[in-house]
Amino acid sequence: MDQDMTLLQTRISIDAGAPLARRNPVAKLAAAFVPAVMLLVTVDVVTAGVVLAAAVASVPAWGIGWRALFRRAWPLSVAVVTVAAGNAVFTGTKSGTALIDVGALLVTTDSVGVGLAAGLRVAGIALPGVLAVLTIDPVDLADSLARQLRVPARFAYGSLAALRLAPVMAAEWEILGRARRARGFGGDRNPVTAVRVFGGRVFALLVGAVRRGTRLAVAMDARGFDAVHTRTSARQARFGRADAALLAGSALLTAAAVVLAVAAGTWNPILS
Amino acid sequence: MAPARVVLRGWGWRYAGRRAWACRGVDLDIAPGERVLLIGASGAGKSTMLRGVAGLLDPETAAEHEGAVLIDGEPATSVRGRLGMVQQDPEASLVMSRAGDDVAFGLENAAVPPDAIWPRVDEAMRRVGFGYGRDRATSALSGGEQQRLALAGALVREPAVLALDEPTANLDPPGRADVLAAIDRSLTAEDTTVLIVEHRVDDVMDLVDRVVVLEPGGGVAADGTPARVFAEHGRSLADAGVWVPAPWGPAPPAHLPGPGGAPLAAARGVSLTYPRTSEPALRPTELTAHRGEAVAVTGRNGSGKSTLAMLMAGLLAPDTGSVRLLDDPDRSLHAWRARDLCRRVGTVFQDPEHQFLARTVRDELLIGPRRARLDRTYAAERADELLSRLRLDRLAEANPFTLSGGEKRRLSVAAVLATAPDLLVLDEPTFGQDARTWAELLDLCVSLRADGAALVTVTHDETFAGALADRHVVADGGTVRARADRHPETTTWTRT
Repeated sequence: MDQDMTLLQTRISIDAGAPLARRNPVAKLAAAFVPAVMLLVTVDVVTAGVVLAAAVASVPAWGIGWRALFRRAWPLSVAVVTVAAGNAVFTGTKSGTALIDVGALLVTTDSVGVGLAAGLRVAGIALPGVLAVLTIDPVDLADSLARQLRVPARFAYGSLAALRLAPVMAAEWEILGRARRARGFGGDRNPVTAVRVFGGRVFALLVGAVRRGTRLAVAMDARGFDAVHTRTSARQARFGRADAALLAGSALLTAAAVVLAVAAGTWNPILS
Repeated sequence: MAPARVVLRGWGWRYAGRRAWACRGVDLDIAPGERVLLIGASGAGKSTMLRGVAGLLDPETAAEHEGAVLIDGEPATSVRGRLGMVQQDPEASLVMSRAGDDVAFGLENAAVPPDAIWPRVDEAMRRVGFGYGRDRATSALSGGEQQRLALAGALVREPAVLALDEPTANLDPPGRADVLAAIDRSLTAEDTTVLIVEHRVDDVMDLVDRVVVLEPGGGVAADGTPARVFAEHGRSLADAGVWVPAPWGPAPPAHLPGPGGAPLAAARGVSLTYPRTSEPALRPTELTAHRGEAVAVTGRNGSGKSTLAMLMAGLLAPDTGSVRLLDDPDRSLHAWRARDLCRRVGTVFQDPEHQFLARTVRDELLIGPRRARLDRTYAAERADELLSRLRLDRLAEANPFTLSGGEKRRLSVAAVLATAPDLLVLDEPTFGQDARTWAELLDLCVSLRADGAALVTVTHDETFAGALADRHVVADGGTVRARADRHPETTTWTRT
């Protein structure tokens, strides 16, 4: 089945019936959150490597094709490479065999190791989150926030409705730019004028957003949204055994990664 | 569920922060199952009254209020579950990303057990003739489909009273026809009392059995069957800017041919595909605009007609081809500097507010000439002339955002004319305008054309196109072609 809109407002082809794509949104986000927290407190190749390897291995189970994933997540790989290269070059660790030694630039085997750990860490933090977010339908998330996390319906579904307006506002922003060009503004070299025009454009966008938001609130109230203290949900936002298993699996994997890192002697918590 | 009786007794409402009452002294008794059309000049408080009847006006938020709105004898605000409403803008009515979920929203709020929700959702979607399944993405629907879905979302709650606030105003003619048919089919007198505000009165004549005329600040000015109300008050209503349907209203103006002249601007092979879309919005297109000639571009929403207009105006860069002024053909218009462009090409946008840049009406008219480096004395004289010609002189020091709908439209046109451009591109200029502003816009376009301007107007308004255009082109799925009949003066026009 094609999923049309995800949290990132992108159109992407996802097999929503895939084993992990089907999981409860809160379970997905939590499962992505656990290793991310662990990777925030440590910088080592083994922990990050294990988490990343598991995330990569799980990709087919999320129902996303490799190409679709790369199309969405390529900026992430750019970030990973940049972070890795930056760390390798600028780290204070310059022990080991010199690989590059040109003037001020010294890259050694150990500094490459530092860079590798930093890059893997960024990838290990980001990839599980990307997989979760790409496969979450906003409606399911709102349902599950309201049901599992007891987030007030007014907030959960209000945010959902507002999210629907994001593409409308993006289109409006373009129109406002054209309308300014039609009046003789745009492409200004004078920064004062440019800032003023930009400010006016933002203001007009906000005025439109407030108006539309007000109308949306009225439309929701007209369907009884404001009157409710208890509401039902037409969809099942279940947190089942498989969801618990996903969460437990993520925690176990993270723990295993830490054990392996300690055993391998690479464990390197930044807060110690 | 049975329809309800709606009674307004001396009802009035003043919004917080406003000096004038939006609505006052309204006395009305609507029998269960009646279908009532509310009309009146702009500012008569029609939408406010609808919100009041739908129970959506919280007395605590009013600056002042008086009288009562009673639904079967109960205050409207206390029986909200029996009241439904559909608004004008479909983008601002839908909550969920999937069609079925959206219809279910109102039942969830009413705490209907989940098992009972889906059969009712399916039934409501069937009633409005929604052609897709529950899983259809709401963002992939056309405006007409979204509005039918919004109607289903209201009907699924089985409202005893349904308020419709210009439910078809944002739609193209086929979408409008679809939604009106859905309203006609799905609302029966045994189920629902209906109050409808609709600008295009003749569209809904067959849907209603009673017409109520509201007067700004003055309550109900006329009330009765459509035939009686329009026969007795047609003329004064038309003078107040209300669209009075045939045969009571004025006949639509006949086509006035322009003088014609030399070619001024030409689009050659322009095409455009927007980022992140697979289909081109506009396939390679030719269009020439001549001095003293008006071209109307019609077609459904999403047909590529607005894209063509924006390309013609030099506001979008085409993927292929170019748009050039024939007396200055070195560069395609999209590559012109903005300050040069506004001197030759003027664009009127559908929403006047999108164009406003200044704090006062007069400054709005001086900004363009200043950017185009026109002579200051000339600019000031022209501003004064335009202000009086468009009846804005009284408002010269007002903030553009505080004007009424018709005033905003007139100002947005005046601001564009301030730099005396010779190519004018108009995107739905008559959208949402009352009959009076409509007629003024037509007169203005006719006189600009007589002065030698070239006009390109994108519009759904067939009456406007019929009265103004010397040439018609139709956009359909990104392809633009000349309309078969090249002699609009021999065509019979009906406003649909």
